[in-house]
Amino acid sequence: MAANPRLRFDDLAVGETREAVLVENLTRTQIVQYAGASGDFNPIHHDEPFAKAAGYPSVFAHGMLSMGLTGRLLTDWLGDGVLRSFGVRFVRQVWPGDTLTGRATVRSLESRDGEGLVGLDLVTTNQKGEPVVTGEAAATLPRRA
Amino acid sequence: MSEGFEFPVDRTAILSFAAALGETNRIHWDEAYARATPLGAVIGSPTFPAASALWNPWAGLRGVRRIPAPPPRPEEQGGSRGGGAPRGGGSLARLLHGEQRFEYHQPMRAGMRLTVTSHPGKHWEKEGKRGGKLRFTETITEYRDERGELVVTATSVGIITEKAVEG
Repeated sequence: MAANPRLRFDDLAVGETREAVLVENLTRTQIVQYAGASGDFNPIHHDEPFAKAAGYPSVFAHGMLSMGLTGRLLTDWLGDGVLRSFGVRFVRQVWPGDTLTGRATVRSLESRDGEGLVGLDLVTTNQKGEPVVTGEAAATLPRRA
Repeated sequence: MSEGFEFPVDRTAILSFAAALGETNRIHWDEAYARATPLGAVIGSPTFPAASALWNPWAGLRGVRRIPAPPPRPEEQGGSRGGGAPRGGGSLARLLHGEQRFEYHQPMRAGMRLTVTSHPGKHWEKEGKRGGKLRFTETITEYRDERGELVVTATSVGIITEKAVEG
């Protein structure tokens, strides 16, 4: 499968981590922009009176926005078209004003013919250090010749 | 397996989705750059398959949109289709997205004409600490290319809560 890796399998070690700020002070504008781009117009994510009437203090971000931001960490680090799987659990809501930091940790490295399978643990936290998204991903990277 | 809908993968939609995520990676819009990589084309962000909702005539959260027109009620033809409206009668404010997983078989390239089909997976219930009784429903969605080859398999877990859950 064609891919555009940014690094080689041999460059990684188990336990290695990559951390990045994914969004600072999340705006309602970005939430609305995501609604338009994804086609998810659940009013809980853009209609403040609707969200308040439902018992929430304000609108909150789509889980898929948090997942998408977390995915950026993976592709910026590993490259494009290298992911084999990417799965998350949405453990806490993300609110306007939140700052999210993603962390990916190499859990496993499995060598195969000419390439390697990388297993990663993922956690994205808010400015209070609380996890909002946890998950795991797998990627294949080429071996150094 | 449900009847599917068409999802044309287009570069503007990929750009728009990447922009909403704050992407800085040119692979999501720069055709000349993308052509020079082994991928050979602009590709979607890892979670871009979610944007197929724009083409899903059964999507339950369509805003004011009426195109593509909603076809006859899916219940009459068996099963939920395309991850549409929440099953089980939960209101929008009580519907949470619990889990999401993608398996990637091929990169999702601009210019592909995909067919998207969904079918229900497992469903279960749990007593939640904050939201009362929680009902979980899994939906499995397959994205296939023109030759019928899998591009992406997505598994989504929706949660219907009894009351607002703030966490």
